[in-house]
Amino acid sequence: MIRIFNLFFVIFFLLSAKAYSLIEIDITRGNLDPLPIAVSPLFQDDSSKRNSINELKIENVGSEISLVVENNLKISGLFNPLSKEAFLQKPDIAHLKPRFEDWALIKAQALITGKVTIEDKKLKVEFRLWDILAGREMMALAFTTVPSNWRRVGHIISDKVYERLTGEKGYFDTRIIYVSEEGPKTARVKKLAIMDQDGFNTKYLTLGNELVLTPRFNPTSQMVTYLSYFKNLPRVYLLDIETGTQEVVGDFPGMTFAPRFSPDGKKIIMSFAKDGNSDIYTMDLENRIVERITNHPSIDTSPSYSPDNRFITFNSDRSGFQQIYVMKSDGSNVKRISFGKGLYGTPVWSPRGDLIAFTKLHKGKFYIGVMRTDGSGERLLTENYYQEAPSWSPNGRVLIFYRETKSNDKGEGFSAKLWSIDLTGYNERQVQTETDASDPSWSSLLSN
Amino acid sequence: MNFSKSFRNTFLVILLSLIVSACATKKTTTKVEGQMQGDVYTGTDTVKYLADGVPDRVFFATNESILTTKSRDTLRKQANWLRENSSINVVVEGHADERGTREYNLALGERRANAAKDYLITYGISADRISVISYGKERPVDSGSNPLSWSKNRRSVTVKAN
Repeated sequence: MIRIFNLFFVIFFLLSAKAYSLIEIDITRGNLDPLPIAVSPLFQDDSSKRNSINELKIENVGSEISLVVENNLKISGLFNPLSKEAFLQKPDIAHLKPRFEDWALIKAQALITGKVTIEDKKLKVEFRLWDILAGREMMALAFTTVPSNWRRVGHIISDKVYERLTGEKGYFDTRIIYVSEEGPKTARVKKLAIMDQDGFNTKYLTLGNELVLTPRFNPTSQMVTYLSYFKNLPRVYLLDIETGTQEVVGDFPGMTFAPRFSPDGKKIIMSFAKDGNSDIYTMDLENRIVERITNHPSIDTSPSYSPDNRFITFNSDRSGFQQIYVMKSDGSNVKRISFGKGLYGTPVWSPRGDLIAFTKLHKGKFYIGVMRTDGSGERLLTENYYQEAPSWSPNGRVLIFYRETKSNDKGEGFSAKLWSIDLTGYNERQVQTETDASDPSWSSLLSN
Repeated sequence: MNFSKSFRNTFLVILLSLIVSACATKKTTTKVEGQMQGDVYTGTDTVKYLADGVPDRVFFATNESILTTKSRDTLRKQANWLRENSSINVVVEGHADERGTREYNLALGERRANAAKDYLITYGISADRISVISYGKERPVDSGSNPLSWSKNRRSVTVKAN
C-alpha cells in the first residue's frame, strides 16, 4: 500500500515540477501517467435488486454507484479507470478476496470492490480499496443512508479513495452553483441553478423573471449570496438553499454587487457603488453591522478573503487600469500585487492560502492564472477568446470558470459554458450543464 | 462532350472570380470608417430619441467614462428637453461591452451612467429627477463580437422613468 502511495506522490511531483518549468502559457495536454484503477461494480443480491427497483426505479444501484465513482476518478485526471469488460472476477467474489494476479493481468494497480443492500428503505454500502501490487487491502468502509442518496454515496467513496491515494482531501461530494443562461445575447434569461459537481441533479432556484448574477456559496453552510435585479434594483441577496428564504443584504442607497462570504461564513464582503464610485464593504451576518473597508475614488471590486480571514484580495483600477491588490482585512496596508502586462481581474484566494487565482486580459485574449499572494510566480493555466471568474475546488487543486465563444456579426455562434482545469495547467475539460452556464461557485465538501 | 467540358470550366472560372470579387467587396464593407472615432461609436443606427432631435444615448471609449464633445452635445439637448418637460423623470442606464470581467463592468456601467447624470445636473437638472442603474455587460444592443458592435454597447442611455 505504501507503494501506491509513493507512486502517487511521484505523479504529483512530476506534474507540478513540469508546470513550474513552463515559462508562459500552460495549454492543456494529456495527463502524464494516470493510475490504472479497476472499479468493480458493487455487488447487490437479488432481494436488494427488487427493493432497488421499487425504491429507485434502478435495477442495479450497485453498478450505478460504481459508474459514479469511475466517472469522478476519470475526470480528476489522476486515474485511468479500466474497462469493466476486461474484468475476470465477479463482483461478489472480488469483494471477499480479490485474485490479485487476475487484476494485475489487466494492469490494474488499485481495485475498488463493494456491496450494497437495500432493506427497510435504507441503503447500506460497504466498499474496499485494494493495492494490487502489494496484494492487500488499503481501506474498508461501510455506511448507511436513504436510498435516494445513492449518487452521493458514489461521491463519498470517490473522495475516500482520492484521499487515501493522494494524501489530499477530495472534492467529489460537492455542488456547483451557477447561472443558467438561455436566449439571445441581447435578451438573455438568467436563472440560479445548482447541481452536483459531476453535472447531475440540476435544480433551478429562480424562475428567470429578474436578472441574477455571481452566486457564491457560504463555505460553512447551505447559504448562497448573489446579485439580483429584483424590481430593477441591483442588490446583494442572501438565499438559504434548504428553505428557499431570501433577503436583501444591508440597506444601501445604490447598487451592491460582487458578494462573497468570509471563510468563517460570518460576513459578506461586497462592493457598493454610489455616484460613480465603487468601494468595498462588509456586513456581519449576526449583528448586521456594515463596515466600509476601502475609500478610494477608483473602482474597488471583486473582493475575496484569505482563508484565515486576515487579508483581502480585490480588484481596483486606482493605477489607471484593472489590477489586483491585497490589503489587511481592516482595509489597511493596501498593496498592488499584479505587475505583468495586461489587465487583471476577479482575484480569488485559494482555500490552501498560498495562491490567488485570477482572470487576465492581454492583447485581446483572456487567461485564467494563479500567482502567489505577494504577486510572484505568475502562471497562466489557459488561454481563450473569453473566460473569467475562477472558483476553487475545496481542496484547492482544481479551478472551475466560465468561457464564452465569439459571435459572428449577427450574434450567432455564441455560447457560455463551464470549464475546469487543474492547478497544474493539465486536465482542462468542459463541465456538463443542461443549459448555457456562467459564474460557477464550488461548495465545500458536503460530508466532512 | 469536349465542348461541354470547356463550357463547364469557363463557368467554374466565372464562378470563382465572382466569389473572389464578392470576398473583396465584403472586405471593404466591413471596414468601420466613419462610424467610430478612436473606438467611440459615432453612428446612429442604435440611437433612439427621447423627443424630436433629442438622442437618448451617448457612447464611450473602452474602459472609459469620459464624455466626448459629441456626447456632451447630446446631453445638453437632453437637459434642455428635461427643463422644458419638468414633470418627466429619467433613469440613466450604464452599459459596458462584453470584453471585460462581469463585476468590473458593473462598476464601469455605474461610473458611465453617473458621468451622464453629472453632466445633466451641471446643466440645471435636479439630481432627484435622475436615477441611475448599471447593467454592466448584461444588456448589449448589438450581439456581434467585433469592435463596431462593442462600441455600440459601451453606452449610457437616458430613459423616461414615468
